Amino acid sequence: MPPHPETWLLVRPEGLYCEPADLFIDPARAVPRALITHAHADHARPGHGAVLATPETLALMTRRLGEGRAGLSQQPLAYGESLDVNGVRITLHPAGHVLGSAQILLEWRGVRVVITGDYCPRPQPTCVPFTPIACDLLITEATFGLPVFRHPPAEGEIARLLRSLAVFPDRTHVVGAYALGKAQRLIALLRAAGYDSPIFLHGALFPLIEVYRAFGQTFGDLRPATVADKAALKGALVLAPPGAIQDRWARRLHDPVLALASGWMRVRQRAKSRGVELPLVISDHADWDELNATADATQATEVWVTHGREEALIHALASRGIRGRALSLIGRGEEDEGGGAEAEAVEEAA
Amino acid sequence: MTPFAQLLERLVFSPARSAKIALLRDWIAARPDPERGFGLAAISGELTFSAAKPGLIRALVAERTDPVLFGWSYDYVGDLAETVSLIWPAPASPPGPAPTLPEVVDALGKVARTEFPALIARWLDSLDASARFALIKLITGGVRVGVSARLVKIALADHYRIDVNAIEEAWPAVAPPYLALFAWLEGRGPRPLSADRPVFRPPMLANPLEEADLATLDATDYRAEWKWDGIRVQACAGPGGVALFSRAGEDITGAFPDLAEALRGLHAVLDGELLIVRDGRVAPFSDLQQRLNRKSVSARLLREFPAMIRLYDILFEGTEDVRPLPFDERRARLEAWVRRTSPARIDLSPLVPFRTWDELSGLRAAAREAGIEGLMLKHRASPYVPGRPKGPWFKWKRDPFVIDAVLMYAQRGHGKRSSYYSDYTFGVWTEEGELVPIGKAYFGFTDAELAWLDRWIRHHTIARFGPVREVEKSLVLEIAFDAAQLSNRHRSGVALRFPRVSRIRTDKRAEEADRLTRVLALVENRRDAA
Repeated sequence: MPPHPETWLLVRPEGLYCEPADLFIDPARAVPRALITHAHADHARPGHGAVLATPETLALMTRRLGEGRAGLSQQPLAYGESLDVNGVRITLHPAGHVLGSAQILLEWRGVRVVITGDYCPRPQPTCVPFTPIACDLLITEATFGLPVFRHPPAEGEIARLLRSLAVFPDRTHVVGAYALGKAQRLIALLRAAGYDSPIFLHGALFPLIEVYRAFGQTFGDLRPATVADKAALKGALVLAPPGAIQDRWARRLHDPVLALASGWMRVRQRAKSRGVELPLVISDHADWDELNATADATQATEVWVTHGREEALIHALASRGIRGRALSLIGRGEEDEGGGAEAEAVEEAA
Repeated sequence: MTPFAQLLERLVFSPARSAKIALLRDWIAARPDPERGFGLAAISGELTFSAAKPGLIRALVAERTDPVLFGWSYDYVGDLAETVSLIWPAPASPPGPAPTLPEVVDALGKVARTEFPALIARWLDSLDASARFALIKLITGGVRVGVSARLVKIALADHYRIDVNAIEEAWPAVAPPYLALFAWLEGRGPRPLSADRPVFRPPMLANPLEEADLATLDATDYRAEWKWDGIRVQACAGPGGVALFSRAGEDITGAFPDLAEALRGLHAVLDGELLIVRDGRVAPFSDLQQRLNRKSVSARLLREFPAMIRLYDILFEGTEDVRPLPFDERRARLEAWVRRTSPARIDLSPLVPFRTWDELSGLRAAAREAGIEGLMLKHRASPYVPGRPKGPWFKWKRDPFVIDAVLMYAQRGHGKRSSYYSDYTFGVWTEEGELVPIGKAYFGFTDAELAWLDRWIRHHTIARFGPVREVEKSLVLEIAFDAAQLSNRHRSGVALRFPRVSRIRTDKRAEEADRLTRVLALVENRRDAA
């Protein structure tokens, strides 16, 4: 009988710890050895000793955190390649969330554990698509773990944005989008929908766009919104971090339509309280149906939930005979769609 | 339903009137008949259904969802229609075609009650989440997106480049989906006319009087009357029916069956103030609010909040349009009409006699009755013209009360002000030395003052609650307001009418701000004097 993962995958103050490999997965504070699923700030903290991640994640981390702060030593591991660490076989598989995002497959003494990180099962143009990996234990996120969160097709949301540009041809449309992942995905979706005018960007969005470009992605004509004059932005599309769209930075825009691209926009009160005029339900996370379908597809008999609305997901899994456990890892959901902390931080900096 | 659902969604998130008009114009241009007409009628409240009770919707969703998951979801979302629209599961077998808005309207009119639950379930199966939300709101009678019938008419007028008053006059002759109206507007049919149905005519409005103006005006040219603190209404009565319109053209007859009854049998179009009056005394505006915005009204409300109209002017006497006549002649007609018909629940707002501006100024200062907001000045020869012409009519409001209050919370504004903290909650001190909020002000300041306040708030924030910031209790604002009324809706027990920021008092310390007892005294003073 192989050892139950509870005996070798431990929740410690630093985060989830794999004892036989002696490394932490997405630790919340600096540790000697870290395995990182993706480069969002709540998963990729600065100051680790050795960092193991996909080459894309390492490049994004280095750009965000600065040379030397994204691990004293970095070891890249490409999708599909395996590495043996003290007898633990580690393989990274695409998670579909942002560039370089990975699910982690750990195999030890015949037990297969998959850690999804943040993931998005629907294919999107800026990421290698997600596929479910068979395992005994699935460790999943549950950001949108309530049955009211079912994301509509992103193409339809883009069509609403383009329609709004036609109805309000004189107003600047400013879309709040997180700098890593959401912004690149929006631009790619807009280009795929045939929008070929210049897209103006808040200065904070350019550095990571450059990393995406370095990995071969193209986005068409992108220009800084900061230097464009007000008249040039009439009827234009501007992307900015969510905290900037209704703050002082946005005063340079021409009678703006405030839009925000996030899975939270599904709930009206969320959109209302942000003062959003055009809520766009576009998410880089699995929705409720996808969280459940993924758990089923992996054939895992046990599911641990790292963060999000775990109680509803665990309740639904139990009704299908799958044992659930809430890990309630601290420090998650601070970036991306997990919450508003980053938005407020950007607001103060802008 | 999807296009209609998308329109609703845009309207509900667009506070600016100009944006609403642009969205309505797009709808008028893009959607075919009869969908566009039904859509306009549904959002402006001209077409309402109460086919389904929320209980039915709840029962339908309970058959299809886990009760625990539904409970958590409802807690999170907070609105039943929205929760159901989002949580409604995909049907096991492929659903039939999604219904269009006209199909829904048509079916609601003729489907038997017993078939109703199955029909709604089938519709919900075939629609997406936004359209499910629109459908549930529609069939439970609650599409509220801040669009009045008048705004729909303005959008139509804008779109077809026609005078909005021509649309007003055609309106009573058409009904949803307004096919004849569109045919006329698009040059495909005759102008719909209905000779004696009640029609809204935009009222004549006054400009605020600057006291310096008085020197240039001849007192003998002007008539004065009290400006009552109710809502301005237009009462239309004739053989084709009666109607009561708000100043903005909203039909409010349904909320005032007592007044509708009083108007029946009369034949005139009248301009006056809608008031709640008990024992000959005008009740505070908050009493009138009890009667506003209701689709139906209980016997108790009718008894406890009796409504009446105090007349200012006459627009039509019988079928005769008297608007071109000079004010003095209309006034004589009005007085004669009241004497002749002696209507119930209707009286005449008296003229205030005066010879000099000084004398009138004294009368204005001495007026203490709660129901009086100030004075109106009207040129004796002025015809009744819609809108707000400069010159013939002035409003001369009573001097406001002012208090010094402490800024407590600030919230971002909307539209052009969305990047500014422009909505201010302020408070005064209780005897126990606690600050208690007494109101919210979002105008009265200049752009420069707004920028200053915005900066001050950002530098003195002590806590945040979503879009609201709590600030250090150290900034004194001088708040002007027209009246203070007792209210059980506010913790302080008092509500202010038209509060605005009149000055930023950086020269005062928070401890020097006013006490609640002083504000309460302003309420009591009115009661005693009235």
